[in-house]
Amino acid sequence: MIIKQLSVFLENRVGRTKEVTSLLANAGVDILAFSTADMIEFGVLRLVVPDVDRAASVLKEAGFATIVTDVVSVSCPNETGALASILAKLADNDISVEYMYALQQGGNARAIIRPSDLDKCVKALGSVDKD
Amino acid sequence: MWNKTKEGMLPDERRQLQGVRLHKLVERLYHNVPFYRQKLQEAGIMPSDINTIEDIRKLPFTTKQEMRDNYPCGLFAVPRNEIIRIHASSGTTGKPTIVGYTRKDLEVWSECIARSLYAWGVRSSDTVSVAYGYGLFTGGLGFHDGAQHLGATVLPTSTGNTEKHIRLLHDLQVTVLACTPSYALHLYETIIKMGYSMDDFALRIGCFGGEPWTESMRREIEQNMGIKAYNMYGLSEIMGPGVAHECECQNGSHFNEDHFFPEIIDPQTLEVLPDGQKGELVITTLTKEGIPLIRYRTRDLTSLIREQCPCGRTEVRIAPIMGRSDDMLIIRGINVFPSQIESVILDLQAFEPQYQLIVDRKNNLDTLDVLVEVKNGFYSDDLSQMLALKKELHDKLKSVLSINANVQLVEPGSIERSQGKSNRVVDKRVLK
Repeated sequence: MIIKQLSVFLENRVGRTKEVTSLLANAGVDILAFSTADMIEFGVLRLVVPDVDRAASVLKEAGFATIVTDVVSVSCPNETGALASILAKLADNDISVEYMYALQQGGNARAIIRPSDLDKCVKALGSVDKD
Repeated sequence: MWNKTKEGMLPDERRQLQGVRLHKLVERLYHNVPFYRQKLQEAGIMPSDINTIEDIRKLPFTTKQEMRDNYPCGLFAVPRNEIIRIHASSGTTGKPTIVGYTRKDLEVWSECIARSLYAWGVRSSDTVSVAYGYGLFTGGLGFHDGAQHLGATVLPTSTGNTEKHIRLLHDLQVTVLACTPSYALHLYETIIKMGYSMDDFALRIGCFGGEPWTESMRREIEQNMGIKAYNMYGLSEIMGPGVAHECECQNGSHFNEDHFFPEIIDPQTLEVLPDGQKGELVITTLTKEGIPLIRYRTRDLTSLIREQCPCGRTEVRIAPIMGRSDDMLIIRGINVFPSQIESVILDLQAFEPQYQLIVDRKNNLDTLDVLVEVKNGFYSDDLSQMLALKKELHDKLKSVLSINANVQLVEPGSIERSQGKSNRVVDKRVLK
């Protein structure tokens, strides 16, 4: 399924990521998954949170540049070959992965994927993504 | 002296010559350049009012802005077919400043540079590596012609590949180096890094200009490289390098006064200041044909040294440049106005009108960091898009300024909002 991901533009300075997470903690926002991508002097912190709009407004108020992006969240059971079979479906349909990371909720694991084509990706994964 | 008649002229005779040339100059401009005719008429001056060099004080000043207003060729004083060379310097609003030269202008230019080279001991047996930028910039080709006029062997190195340059300096046993002083220091460091010692080279003389430098930089270059380091002053609006040059005494730069008349003014009151007092250098191009200028305000701060120099040259000297009366920065020998960078930033949709410029000198090379904030809506989760924004600004700056700036995208609101312009520029270079 398609979910909203919250990205935050950060300069590579000591304490910037801490600042973001503290703000979210104070606002009672739970971070379900995160990943960072960085260039030399700046980077993007990508987050999956329960309420993207609220988290975004908390960060915007504090002056951060935030971007909301659609990503695909797909169930990825904790067993050998699960991720490989998901990615095989994407490759078979000529879909490339711009980035991906993992999310764990209770006993379930999910892969968060930013594909080259969202709709095509959802369609390709239709049979895998039952929930 | 290369030209004893002119360089060693009796001051009274020179003033007479300058007076005659000034009168002719004003006459030429009055008849050939509508801009100057109007300016002179507004000041109530006819060419017949200008007969001695002292009369120069009656004449109005010319500013860089007026050169810009007359872009591209409005100040040319001869028909286009008499212009045989055009140079251009980067302009504040993306419009370059155009300078045209007649055949005689190029001859005068070569003559002036030959005078400098000769004063420093360069002879026809020498090989001169010209490591100023070749192209629209006046440094490379101007110096090239002068060294060739003197009869020396010219190596047109231009700027760029330092290691290849060093190899040629070594293999050809080059004796004279012409470049910016900071580049000379960088060259020295690279020479050592490459495992050479200065004993492997035949360098004797350094011809340095294009940026302000200091006595301690001179000492450092002379001691490290085992050469004599001489200063040369010039600016493209007037001609290029060779407007003034040091002699063997290394104590102020002699003005080529038969071609360029210097005055020092108070930049606020515009009053002419007495010799020895620091102010803005104003230059009148007495003999120029292509684009002659009356009392051009250089914005460079210096003072005039009138005392007779032990070298025998009777030409007035200028003290080392002590700064600018405007906000122009000189980065790697290239003139940069913060307003040029600002207009590039504002032309691109993606950036806030907030920026900060940090100028520094690392390994003896000037660096320019441009910090900008991206506008809301232009931030992207896709890092390649952010990099594309960065590259776009870098490339635009490069095409306007001919400088590789290090563009840094910073978080929104992180650049201090200030009223004044001064905080936008942080110059960390220490000229000791």
